[in-house]
Amino acid sequence: MLPPYLQEMQTQVETVAHAAGLDFFETRFILVDTKTLNEVAAYGGFPSRYPHWRFGMEYDRLAKGSRYGLSKIYELVINNDPCYAYLLEGNNLVDQKMVMAHVMAHNDFFKNNVYFKFTNRKMIDEMANHAVKVQKIIDRIGIESVENFIDICHSMDNLIDPYSLFIARPPATRRELEDLIEEARLAAADAPEAEKKGAVRSYMKGFLAGDRKNAAETPGPSIGLRKEPINPTRDVLGFLLNCAPLEDWQRTILEIVREEAYYFAPQAMTKIMNEGWATFWHSRLMTHHLIDASEVIQFAHTTSGVTVQAPGQLNPYKMGVELFRDIEHRWNRGMHGKAWRDCDDYEKKKHWDTGAGEGLQKIFEVRRMFNDVTFIDEFLTPEFLTERLFYTYDYSRSKSEYVISSREFSEIKSRLLFQLTNGGHPIIAVTDSDYVNRGELLLEHRHYGVDLEVPYAKSTLENLFTIWKKPVNLVTKVKDQPTLLSFDGSDHSSRELPVSAVGG
Amino acid sequence: MSQRIDPDHSRFRQIVRGQIKGNLRKYISSGELIGKKGKDRVTIPMPSIDLPRFKYGSKDQGGVSQGPGDVGDGLGSDPQSGDGEGQAGNQPGQHEMEAEFTLEELARILGEELELPHIEPKGMRTIRAPRDKYNAIRRIGPESLKHFKRTFREALKRQIIMGSYNREQPIIVPRREDRRYRSWKESVVPQTNAVIVYLMDVSGSMGDEQKTMVRIESFWIDTWLRYQYKGIESRYIIHDTKAREVDQDTFYSTKESGGTMISSAYLLTADLIEAEYPSDAWNVYVFHFSDGDNWSREDTQKCFDALKVRLLPRINLFGYGQVKSPYGSGQFLHDLEEAFPHPENLVLSPIEDRNAIMDSIRDFLGKGK
Repeated sequence: MLPPYLQEMQTQVETVAHAAGLDFFETRFILVDTKTLNEVAAYGGFPSRYPHWRFGMEYDRLAKGSRYGLSKIYELVINNDPCYAYLLEGNNLVDQKMVMAHVMAHNDFFKNNVYFKFTNRKMIDEMANHAVKVQKIIDRIGIESVENFIDICHSMDNLIDPYSLFIARPPATRRELEDLIEEARLAAADAPEAEKKGAVRSYMKGFLAGDRKNAAETPGPSIGLRKEPINPTRDVLGFLLNCAPLEDWQRTILEIVREEAYYFAPQAMTKIMNEGWATFWHSRLMTHHLIDASEVIQFAHTTSGVTVQAPGQLNPYKMGVELFRDIEHRWNRGMHGKAWRDCDDYEKKKHWDTGAGEGLQKIFEVRRMFNDVTFIDEFLTPEFLTERLFYTYDYSRSKSEYVISSREFSEIKSRLLFQLTNGGHPIIAVTDSDYVNRGELLLEHRHYGVDLEVPYAKSTLENLFTIWKKPVNLVTKVKDQPTLLSFDGSDHSSRELPVSAVGG
Repeated sequence: MSQRIDPDHSRFRQIVRGQIKGNLRKYISSGELIGKKGKDRVTIPMPSIDLPRFKYGSKDQGGVSQGPGDVGDGLGSDPQSGDGEGQAGNQPGQHEMEAEFTLEELARILGEELELPHIEPKGMRTIRAPRDKYNAIRRIGPESLKHFKRTFREALKRQIIMGSYNREQPIIVPRREDRRYRSWKESVVPQTNAVIVYLMDVSGSMGDEQKTMVRIESFWIDTWLRYQYKGIESRYIIHDTKAREVDQDTFYSTKESGGTMISSAYLLTADLIEAEYPSDAWNVYVFHFSDGDNWSREDTQKCFDALKVRLLPRINLFGYGQVKSPYGSGQFLHDLEEAFPHPENLVLSPIEDRNAIMDSIRDFLGKGK
């Protein structure tokens, strides 16, 4: 329970946030000391996770950071209903107020942004269930094998397809195809029930116990070859769950890792927007409603710390808030649309104001409909980048350091989009599970100009092998040369392919 | 307070420890730990304990940022090694891992890896040091040691029993018999004293590399012996043709030139031990590092005499480490081997290069002396 003075503060913040139009889940603040905050942060914000040393490693890092004063966690908020957020004991009251306002905006974003639509809002409970499940497996199998297997799962937890929740991908496996057919049949027979079924997160389809049984028992329609996947899929984890020879406990763990990966994916997809939105609102609520003159300096001090810009880094708080403010400004003055685009009179553009006043309305719309990629793609303007001194940097081998490589709009924008696409992870899909007719697994890296880190890729292939139990292969490019990396259980090999072999 | 994260954290520490153990030879031969030594902790740079993933090669990637500067200007820092906040897309940054260990923990790792036996201190159980500890309570004592809390507690107990305690007006008045005083208990702990005497040849033929090897080896010897004995003393003696006692810094930094008369150091050590460290009260360790190029046979003979009569009977262990140098003949080691065919507490160890340091440490400390 919060002490009364913080409860009062929360009521005050919630009132002004609500009046400003933010729409949030019930929020529960928890007051914790640094140690507990570090612990919770190591668990990704959750009070409990399954046992694994990586959380311990993260804790070690955070504990050191706070011990030496290098880093401080200001806010920690969980996408859950009710929404849980943490306040650090001993922070001054201005900071606490600011964190509360910030959290309200995150909360609003979680609740309203479309990309969070399919996240589990009872994730705290779910994580606790995962912890129990894994602990039971450990009790049965032993910590060593379970830990090794979790390591392997973690090493491929970026091989998911977050967009699959929002666009209809062609079915990857026979089972999914059968499900689709079944669903269509149901839809025809009994529309409301099919709708209910559709509400099940689509990525879980095929893993619900009933579905699996069905698929196994009913012989599917014949689709020619026995080959899986029938369509390439980026949901490698899902594919492995369906098709890899896993033991039951392994399947349970892989399911858990995959579910959690999908839960966290929208947060990675909206980092800039989410932080920008929260910063936008905490600063607006604070300066317009919540602080008095005596608190301004403290507020400014903290805010400057949050939006500081180090060379060679991209601060999502800063970039996000500036872009939201820019959008608000432009839509307030009608600086968009055909008339604005077609005008090339600099003076006229400088004083452009149609009195539209649609800024607030627009940013609320943006927070609902966009993710980082579409956000940047839609709203980044050359003026914005120039005014705020954006640049791209690259590693210069001759100088052996990073140097500013461009200040061109198109260059910066495409680089940003590239970095944000798929959360900065390479795009990799399963294309064949019976490669060279020997049951080998074939993955394909869609190469968009940046190579994979080959040693890492090789070790990841080793991990894939332990799951697949037959040779695994990856098509990628190494220095523009299409290459097939393979691991057969004992040796790595790499073979050059004809140029036509790789898309991208 | 115990935390939920504790098991995960200690599991992580275990993994780190395993990594260090596995790579101990590398850490020892590179010598980088010594520079990282704090008062009683060592910071160990770790190869990142990271799970492999499919990821982009970092150097190829570059990035986007904000700030002043012209195209072509360097950023002055390595952005990829930053705290990860910068990289949009929520990837954790490339953290250079650093693990922190106490010297004791490090010694334990060394001991496990080299399978070093614990040292049985020689004959020291007889020495007992009585120590007083104020951890007791008595009914009598000087007023200055009065324990107010206990006194009032006694008074409260008495008043409650007697029924004179008034909840509304809780006035407590201690009487004489309520008074309690702090007091001490005498405990007798067996005490072991130990001293390490480091001798180093600083003649012209000992180059920087040779000295670095000596430095690395003595760091580890020091770490191990400090773990075995509490409050160990270290003494440093350097010699060319003459020997003198110096402090630690001088020991490692001195660059002398000229010839070598090892006997000078042995005699000085013998004097030092006889004067300050009587053998019935002290565990004495002597380690001598040289390239083994002594000036003359007569001097070598003098060394043997000093060893036989004045040193070996009085000390736990005499370690002679001969570092290979391009100039030294290395004859001294062979001479020692001949003169002491069945050494009891004399250990000879040739140190070819940095990689051999670990074996040499095992030679020296593997006897459990």
